[in-house]
Amino acid sequence: MRPENYEAQRHPPSNEYELNIGPNHPGIEGNYAFKLRLHGDRVIEGRADAGYLHRGFEKLMEGRLWIQNLAITPRICVPDPVPMEISYCLAVEDLCGLEVPERALWLRVLQAELSRLAAHLFTFGGHAATTGMYTPMFWGIADRDLILDLFEELCGGRVYHIYNIPGGVRRDMPPGFIERVSNTLDYLETRLPDYDNLMFKNLVFVQRARGVGVISQEQALDWAVTGPNLRATGLALDVRRDDPYLIYDQLAFDIPTEDGGDAWSRALVRRKELFESIKIIRQVLAKLPSLPGPIRCPIPNPLAWNVPAGSTYVRMESSKGELAWYVVSNGSEKPYRTHVRGPSQMHAVQVLEKLSIGCRIEDVAQIMFSLDACPPEVDR
Amino acid sequence: MSDIDYKDHGGVLAPLKNLRFFGRNAVTVPLDPRTASANYRGFHLNDWQACVGCSTCQKVCDNAAITMVEIPGLPEDPVKGVRNLRPAIDYGRCCWCALCVDLCPTGSISLSREYVHTCVDADLDSYFVLPDSNGIHGVAYDKGWAKSVESDLVALERTDMTEAAPEARIDNFEEIVAGYDKNQAIIEASRCVQCGMCHDACPTRMNAPEYIRAIWQDDMEEAVRQIYRTNPFAHTCGRVCTHRCETACSVGHRGEPIAIRWLKRYAMDAVAPERVKQIAAEGKPGYVTGKRIAIIGAGPAGLTAAFDLAKQGHEVQVYEAMSQAGGMTRYGIPYYRMPADMLDRDVEVIQSLGVKIQYNTRIGVDLRMDELQQQFDAVLIAVGLWTGRSTRIQGADNDGVERAVELLRKVADGEPIRVPRQAVIIGGGNVAMDIARTLARLQKHRYGEVAITLTALEDIDHFLADRDEIKEAREEGVEILDARGPQQVVIENGGASGLCTWKVLSIFDEKGRFAPKYNADDQLIHPGDMIVEAIGQAADIALLGEALTEELEWNRGRLKVDDGLRTSADWLWAAGDMVRGPDVVTAVADGHKAAASINQFLCIREQAA
Repeated sequence: MRPENYEAQRHPPSNEYELNIGPNHPGIEGNYAFKLRLHGDRVIEGRADAGYLHRGFEKLMEGRLWIQNLAITPRICVPDPVPMEISYCLAVEDLCGLEVPERALWLRVLQAELSRLAAHLFTFGGHAATTGMYTPMFWGIADRDLILDLFEELCGGRVYHIYNIPGGVRRDMPPGFIERVSNTLDYLETRLPDYDNLMFKNLVFVQRARGVGVISQEQALDWAVTGPNLRATGLALDVRRDDPYLIYDQLAFDIPTEDGGDAWSRALVRRKELFESIKIIRQVLAKLPSLPGPIRCPIPNPLAWNVPAGSTYVRMESSKGELAWYVVSNGSEKPYRTHVRGPSQMHAVQVLEKLSIGCRIEDVAQIMFSLDACPPEVDR
Repeated sequence: MSDIDYKDHGGVLAPLKNLRFFGRNAVTVPLDPRTASANYRGFHLNDWQACVGCSTCQKVCDNAAITMVEIPGLPEDPVKGVRNLRPAIDYGRCCWCALCVDLCPTGSISLSREYVHTCVDADLDSYFVLPDSNGIHGVAYDKGWAKSVESDLVALERTDMTEAAPEARIDNFEEIVAGYDKNQAIIEASRCVQCGMCHDACPTRMNAPEYIRAIWQDDMEEAVRQIYRTNPFAHTCGRVCTHRCETACSVGHRGEPIAIRWLKRYAMDAVAPERVKQIAAEGKPGYVTGKRIAIIGAGPAGLTAAFDLAKQGHEVQVYEAMSQAGGMTRYGIPYYRMPADMLDRDVEVIQSLGVKIQYNTRIGVDLRMDELQQQFDAVLIAVGLWTGRSTRIQGADNDGVERAVELLRKVADGEPIRVPRQAVIIGGGNVAMDIARTLARLQKHRYGEVAITLTALEDIDHFLADRDEIKEAREEGVEILDARGPQQVVIENGGASGLCTWKVLSIFDEKGRFAPKYNADDQLIHPGDMIVEAIGQAADIALLGEALTEELEWNRGRLKVDDGLRTSADWLWAAGDMVRGPDVVTAVADGHKAAASINQFLCIREQAA
């Protein structure tokens, strides 16, 4: 809380009023505050008030060994932790010149796409809930749990996986894992039409979401919008295809786009990405049995590991958009500086502030969820 | 899936399609307890039998959630590398990353397949737990995340050391071990988990974790500084130390211990001798105390004490009977293991602090003990064990029977010795290996072939010699016969022609006393024109003189000393192999101990005066 929040403020008589949404509010993702100035039901101005989830991760990482930072990375974005882990590992691997075994690369894609599925199901439900429909939320969270079960089997943890390590992954798949992933994908595919019926063919959702929070393609580029939010403006920009990492260049998948630029288009892009992710995972599952290889290259003793001096910028496509790490090493056993480009930073602050102007009060929450802004990623 | 036409927005009635779900079960899971997955990272389990209390888990913990707690009653043995500490976990801090599991040197820690721990009766202390193999709830849950080959982060394999091949080394006394290069040393040093077990096991408590870390940081001067804090025989111990540190090394429980000895050698070789002298002199006061100390014997114990006392500002005079310093490290260890020029470097550093060494001076002959007592404030005697023991079997007094220490001394001193065509060595310790391998070299050089038989009472698994020594001796053509007890020297035409041995059935009786039993039917005659006894050494105490020998107290043939190595005479200290031993690093430890005691004595006397 900032000191000015405690000061009594006097205003000239006016029919404008202020309203705080958050930091704890069902219409806000996570601990995040949004201050509105309203005239009736119409928003005149919105001010993002971030910082409630600031844990100082970037600074903390400077005081920890390279390997100890692994436990911090997934906590930067709770709903979609895997890309955080992988991209940090990619940065360290880049600085050290580590050659990651191929099997580990495919296992990383498997996790990344499972995580995208889980994150989209989560957001999906959240978005529906902001329009008053709670069934998709219940369904989304229940179906996401099936993916968390898979993560538990693979990584030993449901939410904070800490499964990736510079050089590869920490252990191989348990026996029968491919079949169980496949079964879960089969089930999810049968669920997708239900979600369609419930949301995209539902006039309530259509009427609420269409034309709300519209971003044009030019605005999106100006405001550094990335990910599904950018693709909903008609631009097929995706790091997985444009700057392939891991083994994405060996996979066949489409980049779904929509041209509305509104909340509806953004939800629809995510819905289509669910299908693309399932497609990618199926290719990975088909490939994995033919890759015996190790799952990690040899790495030094984590307690005595000097990463060569240098800096690197590594980017990935997370479920929220373009996620990047800037990591600087001065050749010591701890990072000199790390910086995370969380895509939600742009979406939750400048984009949300701009989109809220002129919209109705009930749409603010919907816009935030449709942008899939993740506060822990904003604050870090 | 994407074939759905999203332009068809349905209508108000579209949601009614979902009425078909009314007949279905709700999306819930049963409330029955469910088992976590086989890899689950639940709560800690720790096998107290396997855990050695090395605290590596505590070091790697991201959140400082682990505290090492002392458990009275648990075994504690610094020599074996076992502490009575066990990790306790603060679950208010733990983030279940399982790095403690992956980096545990022994593999004792794992995580359980438990999901939940809740606070009972508002007892917040229940989140600080000392787990054993029954976990934190005393209920036997299965292991979840445990160490596997693929998840193990401990570097188990040692960096290979380059050594001369047997055929290249057998006809000369060149040093066998090549030593690490910089890259190898840094990689080897990086394996260390900094547990400090080596420090606890070392007789002189060397700061091994500190100098290993300095080597890893490529700061060799700091490494030398750390080495010289506790050991002025740094080049020597970098080559021929018995390296108890490596026996205690926690990484050695499942893999190969860190090559601590070779790392020390690397650091010492990497810094210029003049710079080593400057580093060794750091902390020496700019004044002199005016106290004079005489030290008899310029071996590791005597010179270590001289080093310490000189650094405290005392005047130290060392008397050495031989023509060069180093004692048994020079005259007992062959040059292929301990090159003389490296020993010279150690001695030069000690001399650079102002220690004076008077060579070729035998106390008892050139100077008497009572003269030393009058001229000096304190006297330290550290003369080592120079007299070889005899088996006293029939024929042992023949001219063809030699003592190993005397032969080794002659070879080191450049005196000519008779090189036998065929030799039989009696003994299974390092001295036996040294003489066997020395004679093998001389034979190869003179006759072009090696003919050495080594017999020992012990079976091969209980040889006192280092494993490497046994392996290398065999590579060089030494025939090793274990469990053979010498019975008599076979004499032909007045000279030794072989050794008769019987098979050993047991060495000690039920009470643990030395009483070997033999099978006389299993008799072998080992031909050899020289028989060498290498079964132990004794101190030559003639230097004390009769009166002093009578005056001093003795304990089973050894001088009786107190904890500070002071004898029953208040001006006389005794240290090294003659009191305790026998290896270099123990002698160094003794040297420190005697020096501390002498310094304390001198200071107290000063205050009293």
